[in-house]
Amino acid sequence: MMRQTLALVAAAVTSALSSASTARDLTIVSWGGAYQDAQRQVYFQPFTQATGIRIVEDSWDGGIGVLRTRAGAGNQTWDLVQVESEELLLGCDEGLFEKIDWQRIGGKDHYIPQAVHECGVGAILYNVVLAWDRNRLQATPTWSDFFDVHRFPGKRGLRRGVKLTLEIALLADGVPRDQVYALLRTEAGVERAFRKLDTIKPHIVWWQAGAQPPQMLGAGEVTMTTAYNGRITNANRAEGRNFGIQWRDSLFTIDSWVIMKGSPNRDAAYRFLDFAKDPLRQASLLALIPYGGTARGANEGLSADLLAVSPSNPENLNVSLMIDDVFWMDHLDRLSQRFNAWLAR
Amino acid sequence: MGRERVKLEAALLLAPLLLFIATSFVAPIAAMLWRGVSDMEVPRAFPRTLAALADWDGRNLPGDQVFAALADELVAARAAGTLNAAAGRLNSDTPGLRTVVFTTARRLARGVEGSPRAAILAADPAWGEVETWGALRRAGATPTDTHLLAALDLRRSADGTITSVPEEQRVFRAVALRTVWIGLLVTLLCLVLGYPLAAALVFVPRRLFGLLLFAVLLPFWTSLIVRTAAWMVLLAREGIINQAFLALGLVVEPVQMLFTRTAVLVAMVHILLPFMVLPLYAVMRQIPRAQLRAAASLGAGPVAQLVRVWLPQTLPGVGAGALMVFIQAIGFYVTPALIGGGADQMLPYFIGFYATQTVNWGLAAALSILLLVGTLLILALFGRFLSLAQFRAA
Repeated sequence: MMRQTLALVAAAVTSALSSASTARDLTIVSWGGAYQDAQRQVYFQPFTQATGIRIVEDSWDGGIGVLRTRAGAGNQTWDLVQVESEELLLGCDEGLFEKIDWQRIGGKDHYIPQAVHECGVGAILYNVVLAWDRNRLQATPTWSDFFDVHRFPGKRGLRRGVKLTLEIALLADGVPRDQVYALLRTEAGVERAFRKLDTIKPHIVWWQAGAQPPQMLGAGEVTMTTAYNGRITNANRAEGRNFGIQWRDSLFTIDSWVIMKGSPNRDAAYRFLDFAKDPLRQASLLALIPYGGTARGANEGLSADLLAVSPSNPENLNVSLMIDDVFWMDHLDRLSQRFNAWLAR
Repeated sequence: MGRERVKLEAALLLAPLLLFIATSFVAPIAAMLWRGVSDMEVPRAFPRTLAALADWDGRNLPGDQVFAALADELVAARAAGTLNAAAGRLNSDTPGLRTVVFTTARRLARGVEGSPRAAILAADPAWGEVETWGALRRAGATPTDTHLLAALDLRRSADGTITSVPEEQRVFRAVALRTVWIGLLVTLLCLVLGYPLAAALVFVPRRLFGLLLFAVLLPFWTSLIVRTAAWMVLLAREGIINQAFLALGLVVEPVQMLFTRTAVLVAMVHILLPFMVLPLYAVMRQIPRAQLRAAASLGAGPVAQLVRVWLPQTLPGVGAGALMVFIQAIGFYVTPALIGGGADQMLPYFIGFYATQTVNWGLAAALSILLLVGTLLILALFGRFLSLAQFRAA
């Protein structure tokens, strides 16, 4: 009797354990904070209501090392992770992610072309833009005005670092968007960018954290600055600022969803991606947080207010340049060294 | 016997502290510094390739066994997750090698057709260049002087001679000089401001003494970041100081104070001043007043009393204060980063930059070695000066 009971208990425990390991809830990992709150409202909770599939949320701060450790751990506990473009490239190279089966999520043509990658589905699009305070500067400046301190006196804010700084210098010098990276791959192009930067060097204020540009604009510390579009829109919405965004020749990047290799919840992950591809749903994120949707048509039917702040609004997107991560992975070391030497002179 | 026991007891009492220092301080720092003279990423990923490259002549493409080893190890490293670090290390030597390594590994992982040599050369033409193999061999040596040389704006060319890097890549020599210069300026300013203040602490009446000491110590108890942020508010274009200047009619438009060398100096002096005042005060308090009266009774005027009696006896305090201020000043990171401009950054900023931005730990470690050795040298120099001063004071 005793032995039978023990055997029964053992069998029950074993089956409970095995079902627990196969039926782990779909684990989605994103950036936390206000952004993940918005995602929960727009995607996570409606998805569970519609499909009955429960979601466990986690958040992370990025870094390929974390993904590598997770992939090597054997028992994969993350299923769907939002990654930055650089982690997408590195992780895909190293085989950390599943290859995306686009047929299961509406086909590649459902999305804007920049959002389609071998290993990732674009989730949001955001830009580094030229921003200024409309209350102080009644104009719509461009990058060439950014470099013209005679017509528009005052300091200029740029992120301390070589990345994007060189692109902006070339754009200001009249280089068309589609030639910027080809030119930067040549010595002459890099030289030209640094010469252009020389012209405003004493007028540059270097910022480091994304929270600084709106603060510097608000305090009148700078006349124009580079900034993340989301920070500017948030300052306008939450603090009643009147900051302007110049979309022409702004630089954008995309965060993507990836499915971790060996995820036991692949099917649920695909169902989530299929759910999240709905353009109307993506559009509703924009009212909460100003990041652009990646499905075609995610900007149709939006109010003029929202269209004006949407990075993936075709009017904004078509005049923006996508940041070339492959270029920066190859050249960041050497160009950083040169930038630091230039800065120190 | 009794003495032995006392020694043992003392050692046992100190053991927890020594263990703590060894594990939380000495070991991590040593491990980090070791990275400055070693290269671990490439040997970890390509041990057999490097062994096969050992007797390569460096002029022609290496032999078939090197290609075969590399083909195996590229695929193995990609699967093991060690390829990225190795590719990153090669890329910091020769831009573009990261992509070359990954493209080749990806192609080979799909299967090698024909000889490894043909497959590798077909995957990326860069493997047909001698320089690519030179970079691989350079990144495989331990101990290596690559990072230390780079920290001094030097590099070893293919034939082994050491040369300066091209003009537009030079940065660290200027930064090291600037670090020392800012450190000296801050020390001097602290001395000029702190010396009279410390003397005042000795001579003022009791009531005023409490107030003055409180004023010295108050900033001492406030967080460094908070004090730096406070200076940002004060010095900003529309900050309190500029507004006061404008209201008083001293200037017609706001003066740029933030993001300048002056702002860095002002904030650093403010933060470091207590470290000058306190040792000075400690030394000055012990000088007997009677000596000054005795000097006066023997006919010494105020200047002679100061220069011949007072000043020599305060020199140990000057040395201790200057040492503390200088060593802390050359390690400053947050304050110059927040309120300095591009040309006001010191060595610690670059250590942080290479450790976190480009993940070039070798160079970050080499710069740390530079800073540490510099600090130790100065410590040794000051040490001699200090003991000399004490000798003279005695």
